Formats: sequence, structure tokens, C-alpha cells
Amino acid sequence: MYRILREAWRLGKVGDPMPSSSSPKKATPFSRSAVIRHVDAGSCNGCELEIQALGGPHYGLEQAGLRFAASPRHADILLVTGPLSRHMAAALQDTYDAMPKPKRVLAVGDCACTGGIFHGSYAVLGPVEALLPVHERCLGCPPKPEQILSSLQNLLHEGLEQ
Amino acid sequence: MNEEALWENGSAPFRVIAGPLPIHQRDVLAKDWQTLAQTLRRRGARLLGIWGEERSDRQYRIHALFLTADSCYWCNLALAQGVEGFPSLAEIFPTAVRQERAIADLLGLRPQGNADQRPWLRHAAWPSTFLPLRANPVPLTELSTQGDTDYAFQGLPGDDLHEIPVGPVHAGTIEPGHFRFTCLGEQILRLEERLGYTHKGIERLLQGQDPFAALVLLGRVSGDSTVAYAWAYAMALESIAGVHLPERAQALRGLLLERERLANHLGDLGALGNDAGLAFALTQLLAIKEEMLRENERIFGHRYLMDLICPGGLTMDLGADTCQQLRASGLRWQQRLQDLELLLQEHAGLRDRLVGTGTIAPDRAVDWGMGGLAGRASGQAWDLRVQFAPAPYDRFPMEISLASSGDVASRWAVRFAEVFASLRWQEKLLQELPTGACKMPLPLPSVGEGLGIVEGWRGEIFVALRLEADRIARCHPHDPSWSLWPVLEEAVLQDIVADFPLINKSFNLSYSGHDL
Repeated sequence: MYRILREAWRLGKVGDPMPSSSSPKKATPFSRSAVIRHVDAGSCNGCELEIQALGGPHYGLEQAGLRFAASPRHADILLVTGPLSRHMAAALQDTYDAMPKPKRVLAVGDCACTGGIFHGSYAVLGPVEALLPVHERCLGCPPKPEQILSSLQNLLHEGLEQ
Repeated sequence: MNEEALWENGSAPFRVIAGPLPIHQRDVLAKDWQTLAQTLRRRGARLLGIWGEERSDRQYRIHALFLTADSCYWCNLALAQGVEGFPSLAEIFPTAVRQERAIADLLGLRPQGNADQRPWLRHAAWPSTFLPLRANPVPLTELSTQGDTDYAFQGLPGDDLHEIPVGPVHAGTIEPGHFRFTCLGEQILRLEERLGYTHKGIERLLQGQDPFAALVLLGRVSGDSTVAYAWAYAMALESIAGVHLPERAQALRGLLLERERLANHLGDLGALGNDAGLAFALTQLLAIKEEMLRENERIFGHRYLMDLICPGGLTMDLGADTCQQLRASGLRWQQRLQDLELLLQEHAGLRDRLVGTGTIAPDRAVDWGMGGLAGRASGQAWDLRVQFAPAPYDRFPMEISLASSGDVASRWAVRFAEVFASLRWQEKLLQELPTGACKMPLPLPSVGEGLGIVEGWRGEIFVALRLEADRIARCHPHDPSWSLWPVLEEAVLQDIVADFPLINKSFNLSYSGHDL
């Protein structure tokens, strides 16, 4: 292990430079750091793969002031994937209600943003918007980790709404 | 003549389905349904899947797909007009229980003899009278978003026992499902799963779709197995059309499938290390996985290889220089992974968590009819790529990876062995990649029935398809997770709650592919 670790130290950081936020830096409700709670509301697992990739060494998630939490009580941002299946609606609402204010909702992936290819099915409600207020959208099937990261940063740097 | 005798003298009436694997199809009468299943079980068959359809007005059919060492058997039970029940196979194949409950939820056909008649895919959002896979389901006025609070968990009696409900929202960034543990102290005495949270109505959405357009949806049944689903669906279409793909197309599909296997195994191995408290494994393996995903995007155009397989071939081709790039990176990863495997294999702390945890012994694996990587880790030598060597595995043979103790360490070992096997296979393939076209026209008849089956990274993924008037009349994509989720309930017994994430991750079963 030490040989590999030494090699890693020699190579230095493998990560990419942080994407810059598209919106101007203003006062934020989260003081440049936020905790995320992820809920899969019926995704195909594609978006989850990218969220997991975001936790890898190429992306400086924690360096950007972001981390995932196990409990909604600790979370500022609710990251939702999937076309909002009816069976997940109650659990998603409970998760949102359990989060302290101020809170933001980020819809990740085409399904969460528009209902995607599942739109119109009896078993889905369509976009996440049908249930919760959505503050930021990240399109893609699945969106790449850097796109998700930059959406999260937009939420960090947005103006105060409440 | 009875079923047993028909098989003994080899006169069971089968139709052969065209395609790269031997698939035999036949009709069975309701009175013979269970005898047939028993006969197949005695002959060493595993039940791969069971599903239903409304063939014509109130005329239903139950389908079952079995796999033996030398063939797939696709058996059809045509129920008499208006009959809404069928003989259950639950007593013969334990993994049929939930699949038959799903048939009752979606089609309203009751499995007679199945002791468990609770709903499975249906939660509380719609009444049992709404049957989405019927040709004319009742109108959708009663759809709601009500939570599934009244499900009758079976639990265990006892004053000293406590229950731990987990999910559907889990602590990690994974798919949703509910687990109900009954524990004595830390020890798990019973686990009951409740799935169906990601039910999206995929099978209903597929009905009436254009068979070429439906490929997008098939590629998203389970995003981590997009290549396997797309290939199985394309194989079903190609079997209906009766075409043989050019060698290069087959080879490139194989390449995509193995890269999908590699990416998933690398991610899961890393996550397993992390769940055992060894973050080093996660960062190292995720770094390699990320390099592979980026190379996928650069060379194939998509990190997870979505939408590359199309009916009749592929939407892309490889240049000679890109082949060289793929080979170079493959050899580089192989070297790095060999170092890592050696190191992790000898890590005392990791072994302490993995060895003897979540065990399914080989004899139980036989009872469950386990296949896929979890089956191979319990000594079950089932692998479509090796068993039947369908193209491109005929020209480029794949080696089987086995372990026998059936614990998390075995599943870890099989995954690592498969990573190396896939990397070696990729190297051999790229050395002599067949030349020629990688796409051919697909003259699709307007009516037909076909089936495609592929060894995905979890196990056998199949898609059964029936076309009518140029449209999809019925399409059933089937994930191996159907047969492995019940096994997970047994694998955790006698282990402690804190080991559950580790055991769960070692299987890493699909929720989306199961819930449909």
C-alpha cells in the first residue's frame, strides 16, 4: 500500500480544476458550504452512477464545500433524480419536510427535470416540480459529474430568496 | 403422454427461436404446467423468469424461461378465455414467488398455490382493480401518491426481538427500497425486503411503441446495465428478423458489454472497500473507473455506453488508432489492478470484514437456482458467455471465474477475477478485431415473437418481445435481480446489522431493473 501511496503522493492531486459558477457570487444562505441529501425518486440508476463518480478523486466535492449526508435533518440541498415515481412521492415529501430551512431542491437528470422518457406513464408524476419547488435543474442522461458539481455551485452562490 | 415421458423419449414439441443461443419454445397446457417445471428442475434447470401477457381480448398467457446446461426453454401457458388464475411454480422454484405476485399486480392473474398473495409491485397509490398491463385497464382516476404504510410485514414474534426499518431513502447515494430487519441484539434473525419504489410502468410504456424507437427506453431499464439490455432487445428484434450480424458488429457489442462489466465491478469493489472502512480502495478503484469512463466518452461518445447498440448493429465504429489507445490503457489498468489486488487481498482489516460474511453455501445456491456473479461466487458454473459461447465469444473465448465459499470475500474475488478476464479478453479482441461492416439493415416483419439473452455483469438479462402490426404488443425486460433479491434475505442471516451494507454491496442488485 505504501508503494502505491508514495506513487500517489509523487503524482499529486489527480483532480480537475473546479468549474466556475455561472452566476455571480452574492450573499448565500449557506455561506459557501452546503450539505446534500440525495433521493432517488425512480431513477434508472444512471444518475446515481454519476453522483457516486462525483465522490471520486477526480472531483473535489468536499473542496467545493459540499458533502452528502445520511440524514435530511443535516441537509441544505435536496438532490432528486428520477421521474418521480408515485411510490416514492410520499418518501420524497417526508425527506423534504424533514430538512431545516433555508433549503433548496436540485433536480438532476432529464427525468427529474422533465419526466424524460417516462413522462406520461401511470406510475410517475413527471418532473420533480410536480411535488416540490425546484430551484436548479441539471439536464442530461445522465448529466456528467462536472455538470452536477456546477449546478450545486450555482445553488451555493445564488442570491437569498427567503 | 405425460410430461416426464415426453422428455424421456425426447419428443417434447419445441420450436427453435433463431439467434446466437439455443432457445426452444413450446406451448404447455395448464394441467401440465407444474409437471413440466418439476421435470425441468430434475434436469438441473434454473428458472430465469416468469411473466404474463394479455394475448387477445381476455385471453391471457403465462411465460416462463428456464435455463439448463445446454439450452434455454421458453414455455408458454395459454389460459382459456376469461380464466384469471394459473398454477403457481412457487413450490418448485422459490424465486417464482415474487414474480407471480407481480403478475397478479400487473395483470390480475392469481397464482394458485402461491402461499404469498400480498401485492408486490403495487403499493398504495392505486387500487388492485387497476391492472396496467391489461389491454384496456380501468381509467386512471384513482391514482394517488399515497405512501405504502399498510404492507403486512411478516416479522418474527418474541419480546426480546426488535425491528429496524430501513428505507426507502437510504443513507448512501443509492436506489430506493425498504428493508425490515428483525434482530436479537446486533444479530439479524430475519430480513424482509419491500421493493417496487422505482416502479415506472416501463412495460406499459413499451406497449404500442415503434420497435426501433423503443430502444431508448430499453437502454434505461437499469442504467448500470444499459449495454446488456440494449443488446438483449436488439437480439430479440434480430431473432424475429432472422438475420445474422456481421462479425465486427458482434465483436464491438462484446467489447461494450465487457467494458460495462469492468466499470461496474471496479465501482463496486471500491465501494466494498469503503464500506469496510478502507477508503484507500475506493479512491484507487474509482480513479481507474473514472479514467475508463472518460475514455468511453472520448472513444465511444458516452461514459456509460448508452444508445450505442442499435437493431442490426451499432451506431459507431472504431478506427485503428483508437484500438491502439484502448489496448494501451487496458494494459496500464491491468498492471495497476494487479498491484492493488495483491495489496487488498492481504489487508488484514479488509479480510476480517469480508471473509465468512454474508454466506450462501453452494448447496443453498443450487436450491435457489443462483446464477450470475453471485452464483459463480457460490460455486455455480453458469455463464452464458462460456456455456454457449455465442458470438463474439465463439471466436474469442471467455474464461469463467469461480469461487466456492459464497461469502462477500468470494464475490469480491470473482469480481476481481472477472475484471482481469475482461481486460485480457479486450486485449485479445482488439489484437484481431474482425473487419467489415458494423451495421446491417434489419428487415423487420410486422408480426413475430423473439427473445434475446445476454450475460450482463449481474447475471442473465433477457428481453422477450412480441410484435403485432409493426408495433410492440408485449415486451418484457427481465433482470437477474428478481432471482437474487430473495437470496440476499438469506445471506444476511446470523450476521450483524453493521455488515448489511457490505453484503448488500457485494451483490449490488438492481432496484430499477426489478421494479420496472
